Amino acid sequence: MSNQNSAVSLEDVRHVADLANLELTAEELPRMAHDLNAILGHIAQLSELDTSQVEPMAQVAEALGIAPATAGETLRPDVVKPSVDRAAVMSQAPESDGRFFKVPKVIER
Amino acid sequence: MPESPNALKSTVNNDLSTLTLAEARAAVVSGTTSATALAERYYERIAAVDPEINSYLALTKDRALAQAASVDAAVKSGAPLGPLAGVPIGIKDVLTLKGAPATAASKILNGYHPPYDATAVAKLEAAGAVLLGKLNCDEFAMGGSNENSAYGPVHNPRSLDRVPGGSSGGSAAAVAAGLCAASLGTDTGGSIRQPAAFCGVVGVLPTYGRVSRYGLIAFASSLDRIGPFAHSVADAATLLEVLAGTDTMDSTSSAQPVGSYSADLAKPVAGLRIGVPEEYFGEGLDPEIRAAIEKSLDDLRAAGCSIQKVSLPHTSYAVPTYYVLATAEASSNLSRMDGVRFGHRSAEANTLANMYRKSRDEAFGPEVKRRILLGTYVLSAGYYDAYYRKAQQVRTLLTRDFLTVFNDVDAIVCPVTPTPAWKLGEKTEDPIQMYLEDIYSVAASLAGICGMSVPCGTTKDGLPIGVQVLGKHFDESTMLRVGAAIEAAQVK
Repeated sequence: MSNQNSAVSLEDVRHVADLANLELTAEELPRMAHDLNAILGHIAQLSELDTSQVEPMAQVAEALGIAPATAGETLRPDVVKPSVDRAAVMSQAPESDGRFFKVPKVIER
Repeated sequence: MPESPNALKSTVNNDLSTLTLAEARAAVVSGTTSATALAERYYERIAAVDPEINSYLALTKDRALAQAASVDAAVKSGAPLGPLAGVPIGIKDVLTLKGAPATAASKILNGYHPPYDATAVAKLEAAGAVLLGKLNCDEFAMGGSNENSAYGPVHNPRSLDRVPGGSSGGSAAAVAAGLCAASLGTDTGGSIRQPAAFCGVVGVLPTYGRVSRYGLIAFASSLDRIGPFAHSVADAATLLEVLAGTDTMDSTSSAQPVGSYSADLAKPVAGLRIGVPEEYFGEGLDPEIRAAIEKSLDDLRAAGCSIQKVSLPHTSYAVPTYYVLATAEASSNLSRMDGVRFGHRSAEANTLANMYRKSRDEAFGPEVKRRILLGTYVLSAGYYDAYYRKAQQVRTLLTRDFLTVFNDVDAIVCPVTPTPAWKLGEKTEDPIQMYLEDIYSVAASLAGICGMSVPCGTTKDGLPIGVQVLGKHFDESTMLRVGAAIEAAQVK
């Protein structure tokens, strides 16, 4: 497990927060760095296991050999069916013109 | 059995505190009461008692009373009645009910009223259930104490100064306090079984894929499951029979045939082979819990089961594996909480990037942020193989452990938790200590097998103890039979 011993720095937490679209406050940052180091330290014990010959498992049906086929006759027919009412969906948006979700301007002219 | 001095001492409609689903339905069907009168009595009790428990985040009274009226009309006209006719049920607030608030106990979904029903919810209602309201939980189902709710913690009805467990703390507490006859919860790493154990009710984790998750606000998609809380194993079996089955709206729901869970409860357990995993009885297990589990094993032996020691050698790696995979999936699932389409949007934002960040920072609680950061970290460039892929490989080993043991036994019996319910605030400062409480529940989550918690006694301080029964994939029938045998021995 590479890098497992290198502690997570404040800069690392800032980088990860950036990737996750989180804006951490000055108080949150050191607390999160402390917690991540503690949790990753605990997770490091996984490196004790030799898994070089073990297949990774993403979900259960796959491991049991009962995952539904993703092609051919098991797929449902491709027909148009009614969906959730558009107006009901748009009514939940913080800002909308009824057809589109409105957000702050993305492109500056 | 001893009762805690801090147990809920309620007076309003106190008979509801032990009313089973079967009794509630029988009373409505026979005309002893009406579904409407029963629902009203539950609402009276909620108004009187829930300020001490904080289990409900929203009441859906209009919808409940409309449904109750239609059940009453059916009773009157002699129309066919569903298996849940008139039964008052509460729903964990991570499942959608059209038009009712769906918060996931997070401020980020503040104001959100989903425009559709979750399949599990729709199935309950089609079977005649009266849905009373939405139940408190840990924010986005992340936690084991219900202290991570943005709307305040839930108090354990058996001892009000203690946690009800989590994340489905409101679902367990509401059944235990008689604020609904049964409820729905969700379990990603123990979130049904652990609160069921802490509150002294039955909680069932169905096999992964057994119950449709359409309408469930996702936490970790390869692990999330929906299941019932009830006063009895028979009630849980009735609920599971209603909930189980494939759904075109959830491609991960399974087409495996649904068992006759209720009818199968009549089959004797004599001759069943019960495995007892040595790794679940090690250091750290509370002696009173150990004694209660051993008593349950004696009960099963007396009922004709054979008890044998088994080994699940990778058990100690389950917690770290879980906290890599669950957080990785959560970091992805929660990226949709961005203030664009629903819920909270920061008033401060003037650019798009700024809007995402500020909305999320203002509205997510600390545990959710911690898990998003951890999940993002283990998926980030340079760490994916070391953490995420490694954990997926260990998940294979953990699953093989169970598949191997199930060649020799029909079910596994072990503790749900190492300790009984702890005091509110006792473990909130140390996330690792909190995560380690999941030690007996997360392996079954990762392996996708079914599991349940059945009350099997109380500590000398009057705190409930639960015993965990684990079953093979899609063999809920055998698991429920073993659970019912343990339950029957308690009543004696």
